[in-house]
Amino acid sequence: MLSSFAARFKARATRLTADLEHRVKIRSALESYEKARDERKALFQDWEAAREGAAAIKWEAVNHLDAYLVRFVEKLESRGAKVFWAGNAEEARDYIVALAKEKGARSIIKSKSMTSEEIHLNESLRQAGCEVVESDLGEFIVQLREEDPYHIVFPAMHLTRTEISDLFHKKLHSTPTDNPEELTMIARRELRLKYLRADIGISGANFGIAETGMISITENEGNARLTTAIPRVHVALMGIEKVIPKLSDLALFLPMLATAGTGQQITCYNSLIGGPRQPDEADGPAEFHLVLLDNGRTQLLADAEQRDALHCIRCGACLNACPIFRNVGGHTYGTTYQGPIGSVITPHLRGLMDWKHLSYASSLCGACTEACPVKIDLHHHLLHNRRNSVTQNPDRWERFAFRAFARLTAHPGLLDKLVRLSRPFLPLVRAARHIMPPPIKAWLGSRELPPVAPQSFRNYWKSR
Amino acid sequence: MKSEKQKDILGRIREALKIPAPIAHVAHRQTASSLPQPRAWLPPVPPDQAGQLAMFERNCEQLRTEFCPARGIDEAGRVAKGLREKYGWSLAASHHQVELDAVVRALGIETLYMEDHPAQTELEKCSVGITACDALVAQTGSILLTARSAGGRALSVLPPHHLVVAQINQLVADLPAAFELLAARYDGNYPSFATFITGPSRTGDIERILVFGAHGPRMLTVILVQ
Repeated sequence: MLSSFAARFKARATRLTADLEHRVKIRSALESYEKARDERKALFQDWEAAREGAAAIKWEAVNHLDAYLVRFVEKLESRGAKVFWAGNAEEARDYIVALAKEKGARSIIKSKSMTSEEIHLNESLRQAGCEVVESDLGEFIVQLREEDPYHIVFPAMHLTRTEISDLFHKKLHSTPTDNPEELTMIARRELRLKYLRADIGISGANFGIAETGMISITENEGNARLTTAIPRVHVALMGIEKVIPKLSDLALFLPMLATAGTGQQITCYNSLIGGPRQPDEADGPAEFHLVLLDNGRTQLLADAEQRDALHCIRCGACLNACPIFRNVGGHTYGTTYQGPIGSVITPHLRGLMDWKHLSYASSLCGACTEACPVKIDLHHHLLHNRRNSVTQNPDRWERFAFRAFARLTAHPGLLDKLVRLSRPFLPLVRAARHIMPPPIKAWLGSRELPPVAPQSFRNYWKSR
Repeated sequence: MKSEKQKDILGRIREALKIPAPIAHVAHRQTASSLPQPRAWLPPVPPDQAGQLAMFERNCEQLRTEFCPARGIDEAGRVAKGLREKYGWSLAASHHQVELDAVVRALGIETLYMEDHPAQTELEKCSVGITACDALVAQTGSILLTARSAGGRALSVLPPHHLVVAQINQLVADLPAAFELLAARYDGNYPSFATFITGPSRTGDIERILVFGAHGPRMLTVILVQ
């Protein structure tokens, strides 16, 4: 039985894989990225050793997560930050909504945070009467379209400039233009006022540094800097797995994240924030809140075999490399995290039985594993998920079919007899392909049933 | 209540970690105890200052950072004046710092100072934000600054043009050196904000086409006093 999520995935995937225009869009969007990524990788003295090193640091952090989190939080609190531990999405939402109410916040500006997408924060804040505006250009565009980000790093990569121009014209009453620069300036003007008016700025965090009690935010536009500089209150939302041991670890992670994520040597702004404005500083938020989110992460942590999936730095490189992602597109997944990493972790975060289908939507080519800057064994984890789903919920019919198949292949005489017996029925199967039971019907949907040889190889060999 | 949730989550983490994770890669075993040295893997940097300066300049060119060398503080003032005329600056914002003060004075236009706590809306109207910095990174063409060294958080991101006045002895080779410098200067008392600025603000969110000035400064200029 397909879960409703699986049925939706299948329907969308079937439609989009046949949509050639969509495929061209994605391919051309990724073409310049691939070129830049390879150029930047080549600048490294040893990219492979850097991957090993990054994996080792993440391994150390994730396998001593309790100690590093405690140190991280102590440091932050000593500098006047308020830290809230949220066990699940609801607790995180409730805390932020209560804070917004307490501050009498009307207007909230947000910089890009996939974790906030994961907990559906915007909806709750809107219901509490706040205006929430996404400030990252791509996120701003998909927010205006009232849809989810298409890609964890490139949220609007599925849209053309014409579509964006039409959207801005409709929603912001701007003059239509085909010039990406003019379109960007429309968003810039619109958002400038929002920063200055906002009561609260909400950001994500790419890394949490245990040694010094800081969060690190990587971006290109400057929207995260404005979000964390201008409003009186800054709220950062961070998954517990984002902690790294030392400040100097960033010397490796910042260029690796940029190289794998966007094909830059380092992104335009890499900011460290450790608490609210300090007494000797000219400006900055009076309050800094950090919401640490579990929301299923400890469950993934408990699976020692797949624990390294928590090493993910959300660069999106596995999505860009994945032939499935490139054909079915980001929205088809129906998850916050798309592509291979999403297929690996979503079953842990939201239930294996509802999301196991994603682990089957893979060619197991291993391009994701090769692309991953922290060496997560992604394609083997897809296999692990498949195995776990079968152990948890064995399919009786499938088990019977495989047992019968094993029996047959172990007894060549029996197989031979069966093939001979079934030969007259094959034209019937061919003719009735549309009314066959599910696995046969699906198989024949895009294939011709090959003719069966008049004589088996075994008999041929004997009679030779 | 808070400590209760903290205890819950930490308890779940400790329970989960009772089963050790397999060490998937050989290098983990070699490096888990003695954590790695990124310098040997990152892009190479010339060992001498002249080479590093040339590398910084090259990076600036690629990143579209305007690079203006100046021999001494007087020439820096003249360079700043030239920039004022080139871009038609009418109102500046800055902060007090010895070397910076001389350059801003030479600029000769009305200037708001962060020490006087100008309103954010006023700051937004300035044509240029002028700051000092902590370091320049040759390897990446980055400027490292903090809330303490560069007049807070907004000054270097809100105005449409960011002018940095740096000294040649602030040039460091690579990212590891920049983090060493941060630790040496601030350990035990870090500013609440630090950032590596690498070129003017940019986006590729529309068809992956590069556009400058997404939300932060459209222009970034470095005057390097030698």
